[in-house]
Amino acid sequence: MNVLVCVKRVPETGARIALTPDAQEIDTTLLGFTISPHEECAVEEALRIAEAHGGSTTVMTLGPAAAREQLQNALAMGIDTAVLLETDGGDWSAEATAAALIEAIRARPQPFDLLLFGNEAADSGDYQVGVRVAHALGVPCVTGIKGITIDNGRLTARREAGGGWEIFELPLPALVTVKEGINLPRYASLPGRLRAKKAMIERIEPRPRASALKTIRLVVPPEQETHVEIIGGGADAAPRVVEVLRDLGLLAS
Amino acid sequence: MILCLVDDDPLSLEALTFASRLGDVEAVVFGEAAVDGYVARARHVLHDRLDEYAPAAWAQTIVELEPDVVVAPGTDRGHEVLARVAASLGVPLAANVVEAEADGDALRITRQRWGGSLLEEANLTGTPKLLTVAAHAVEARPAGVATTVEEFTPTLGEEHFVVRVTRREEPSSGAVRLETARVVVGGGRGVGSKEGFELLEELASLLGAAVGGSRVVTNLGWRPHSDQVGQTGARIAPDLYIACGVSGAIQHIVGCKSAKRILVINKDQNAPIVSHADWAVIGDLHEVVPAIVAELRKNGA
Repeated sequence: MNVLVCVKRVPETGARIALTPDAQEIDTTLLGFTISPHEECAVEEALRIAEAHGGSTTVMTLGPAAAREQLQNALAMGIDTAVLLETDGGDWSAEATAAALIEAIRARPQPFDLLLFGNEAADSGDYQVGVRVAHALGVPCVTGIKGITIDNGRLTARREAGGGWEIFELPLPALVTVKEGINLPRYASLPGRLRAKKAMIERIEPRPRASALKTIRLVVPPEQETHVEIIGGGADAAPRVVEVLRDLGLLAS
Repeated sequence: MILCLVDDDPLSLEALTFASRLGDVEAVVFGEAAVDGYVARARHVLHDRLDEYAPAAWAQTIVELEPDVVVAPGTDRGHEVLARVAASLGVPLAANVVEAEADGDALRITRQRWGGSLLEEANLTGTPKLLTVAAHAVEARPAGVATTVEEFTPTLGEEHFVVRVTRREEPSSGAVRLETARVVVGGGRGVGSKEGFELLEELASLLGAAVGGSRVVTNLGWRPHSDQVGQTGARIAPDLYIACGVSGAIQHIVGCKSAKRILVINKDQNAPIVSHADWAVIGDLHEVVPAIVAELRKNGA
């Protein structure tokens, strides 16, 4: 199995989001960065599949030079090869991102049996890059998956639906976008981190392209003003809490 | 023509309400969904192989109808099908839109980023224009029109059924689901351990509530991921959310902001979650929760 996983570098937001003065981006001056959560699970899934079925793993990202950090994290977890599609840092549209990835995937020496993406990036939430890549490559694709098994060249994928599960079966090669919860990603080992630091990262300069969806500006939605009633401190608050529950009609009696 | 994708998900009716504000809408209905009163013209898709969900077949049906605008609910299916339409026609898809207004030939849209904790204003041009509607951006309201339903059979080939649902597992009965629970008791890092959740379970059982956790809690393995409330987990909308030892990171707030009321139990009065609360008990949940349980039992719960 030759497995590709595509990831995105996103800021680690805390309790509040602040914007740059031109309202085009999040102010990341004080923020750390991470692999977008669904995609961190995609990295873990790629490793588990390669461990179970043999084969090699490749991680790819489109982003600024600093996105090497996320590629190194994936390498430290155990991914074999890393490719950076280096941009000058601005946000690329879903179409432009997909087009660049398609070109880079086609240029790889070996075709991939399985391509893993996150269901949606934490920041832009576009829900489409994987689907676009699958369409261009002509491989079957399913999104929002929380369980993968592979048997005899066929992939079974599980998607949560209304508290139950929908099950899809796909021939390989295939592209699957996954959701957090499909697994619990491992921590990188110390030897893994050391190896990742020395690993070569292949670099490509992708070509930007325009989209018919153009961002005007970002807006932090106004916070809903709530009036907080502080119900005392500690265990003495219990009678008032029960009163609140009764007033809300949540107690049987 | 403005086309709205409708399936059995209740968010479809919100999408129809949203689409109706943009002009005359036709619904393309997959499966048995009731759209009476919501739209003047509905096309009920009939095809002998469409007994189960097949994303490429749904996408091809939409493409065949040659719409100018397509609106779909912001669900797994809505996103998946419209992403496929977008890919095959080479046009953009605006996901999780909360507002849209015609501006000449363009659509001026506002859409959610970061699960809704950030909004993006954008201009959408070209044809067709594709958008999904964020959950609860509008309330579903019938338009008060008589609905004419026609049958429509798309031209589909083998290639449209390569990916389809081949079987289902029904939900296990009995358990209170986070998404539909009237009360949710949630725990964060402050719960301290896997065992700490027994306290929350006890409170939840007295209230008929579901138990949830923050991303920290599911990442630590204290609760299964299916219990996560947040951007990468469940979006809850209970009458009351009781947040115990939860700090209130954006990732979590996105998942619980649709709760009608929030009661916080937290040691730190300055925790961000307190600013989202209606009531806050400032104290150690390991003392407060047992006291509430005791008080409930005293009251015969």
